[in-house]
Amino acid sequence: MPSETHRPHAEPAGSDALIEVDHVSFGYDASRAILSDLSLSFKRGKVTAILGGSGCGKTTLLRLIGGVYAVNKGAVRFDGEVIDTRNREQLYRLRRRLGMLFQFGALFTDLSVFENVAFPLREQTDFPEAMIRDIVLMKLNAVGLRGAAQLRIAEVSGGMARRIALARAIALDPELIMYDEPFAGLDLISMGVAANLIRTLNDVTGATSLVVSHDVAECMTISDHVILLATQGRIVAQGTPAELMNSTEPEVRQFVRGEPDGPVKFHYPARPLAEDFGVTL
Amino acid sequence: MGKRSIEIMVGLFVVLGIVGVVFLALKAANLGSFSSGDTYTLLARFDNIGGLKVRAPVRSAGVTVGRVASITLDAKTYQGVVRLEVQREVQFPSDSSARILTSGLLGDQYVGLEPGAEEKAFVAGDTIKQTQSAVVLESLISQFLFSKAADSGSPAPTAASGAKK
Amino acid sequence: MTNPLQALGRRVLDALRALGHNAVFFGELLRSVPAALRRPFLVVAQVHAIGNLSLLIVMSSGLAVGFVLALQMYYALVTYGAAESLGLIVNLSLVRELGPVVTALLFAGRAGTSLTAEIGLMKAGEQLAAMEMMAIDPKSRVLTPRLIGGIIAMPVLAVLFSAVGILGAYVVAVYLIGVDSGNFWSIMQNGVDVWRDVGNGIVKSFVFGVICTFVAVYQGYETNATPEGVAHATTRTVVIASLAVLASDFVLTALMFTH
Repeated sequence: MPSETHRPHAEPAGSDALIEVDHVSFGYDASRAILSDLSLSFKRGKVTAILGGSGCGKTTLLRLIGGVYAVNKGAVRFDGEVIDTRNREQLYRLRRRLGMLFQFGALFTDLSVFENVAFPLREQTDFPEAMIRDIVLMKLNAVGLRGAAQLRIAEVSGGMARRIALARAIALDPELIMYDEPFAGLDLISMGVAANLIRTLNDVTGATSLVVSHDVAECMTISDHVILLATQGRIVAQGTPAELMNSTEPEVRQFVRGEPDGPVKFHYPARPLAEDFGVTL
Repeated sequence: MGKRSIEIMVGLFVVLGIVGVVFLALKAANLGSFSSGDTYTLLARFDNIGGLKVRAPVRSAGVTVGRVASITLDAKTYQGVVRLEVQREVQFPSDSSARILTSGLLGDQYVGLEPGAEEKAFVAGDTIKQTQSAVVLESLISQFLFSKAADSGSPAPTAASGAKK
Repeated sequence: MTNPLQALGRRVLDALRALGHNAVFFGELLRSVPAALRRPFLVVAQVHAIGNLSLLIVMSSGLAVGFVLALQMYYALVTYGAAESLGLIVNLSLVRELGPVVTALLFAGRAGTSLTAEIGLMKAGEQLAAMEMMAIDPKSRVLTPRLIGGIIAMPVLAVLFSAVGILGAYVVAVYLIGVDSGNFWSIMQNGVDVWRDVGNGIVKSFVFGVICTFVAVYQGYETNATPEGVAHATTRTVVIASLAVLASDFVLTALMFTH
């Protein structure tokens, strides 16, 4: 329907990777490397979760895949093509094949709900108004918000905003959907709704989903593949949810069980207690 | 605000702006009083143009009939050459004279045309032969002092002391 | 730590770099003008937000300035017996200087800060990043329409400021002071040149429009995406735009009104 590069739905178990991260190193400035020689691949049609504590570079990875920043070393490949951030034409062509859900929705506050979802359709296609209306209502229906189409953005709750943003992200039926912390700050019901939507969308459209999160429980229920990152993008573990939940590695266990102390220390490095409080123990 | 009403408001805004410009141009400035219309060119040569400026009015009997279009120096005769644009309906006899006058006591200078007696009129591009230069304050004062000195019979003051104040 | 010469040198280099960054940004905005003009409603909506919503403050200030100028100039002129020239003096002051400059300063304060805050908050809410990810250039969609809107709105506002000021001065001069109404207009008409005075004033307000709107848009776009960042950016907009307007006014006046 939308574009010539649209692939037929529900390709069974495509095993090649849609996204390849090839020995990538990146830092916002020269002093601190966020990612150091990271190599990953994201399989077509699967939901891959990227877990890790704050500051491990998960969100940065999404930005590199989206071509917002250029890698310092290595390459990111989208469907075999190396992403060159200086090539605007290529960048925009590739971006038309992906949809991104930002952490708090990033909805356009001056437009209504309907207009927000219609935005990519209006900008990227020549569809007649009637067709746009149908598509928008269908996407809103998929996220359960068809009745909210006429609301203003200021009137919607946080959970609703995320869902509207999701409807907007899938308006053009992208091949790759990226989720930046989709569960952050949501109540349990909304989290369940979001998780359900991510999984269902992936299965129905045959898209590839990347979920960046630190919510272990929800991610484990919906992912096909899980990658656990630590600082500087070091891969601690990757595999199926079951493999990670049953892992005996201390780092994995601490993260997955949410233990306050373990390989990731509770105390920030400091002088010995005796020195600070002037006591001898 | 609906799309339509915004467009209407902006349209009103622009109209308001145009009205403002028209008001400033016509009512508050000199556009209305002398539109370009049909004019013909006359030249006038002056020994001294004084403080005459481009776009100064050209008047006859006090009525504005034209504008000064340009002022240049003739490098051969060292005279100021003033080009006048005069309204086509107003013709002047070919022996009319041009003087540089001041409006009011300390006002702007303008070109005054005094009609002569000839039957033939100036044609576009003609040069006005009889001209009187602008009054220069210093020569006026030295003239005055000179004549005063002549009246009271004392020796004429030197040009230097006369030109001093 | 570092010696003062190094510090000074670094300051100069930073200033040069900032200037260059500004220039590059301006060039990018100019380059997206054709794309922005392909969606005229975006520009129209901005002219409304920037121009229409500033009408009230501009016109009331114009009226007030007209009143005050007439009163003050009268007291100065009457000593020289030149009270009849009141209209002329007020007109020249407004049309040549006060109209463009005061409107620009008001504009920087009202429309400039709102532009900066709006763009800064859009950036903070990742709206601009979201647009980028949808392969839509936020410059041609969001920034350039605002630039064009400001450039269109400013001269209109300046003209209205002057016009309303002259009308205000008329009311004070003729009804309060007792200047002859006919003389008020005729002396004014004789002394004010459409091209030299009104025209140059409009040229000035175009230049000021470019300056104020560009500074507002740039500061909003480059702001830190935090509440303090946005607050600082709006302050910077007013300060930088006002100083730039006054400096360029000096240059323009020297170019236009002296021989």
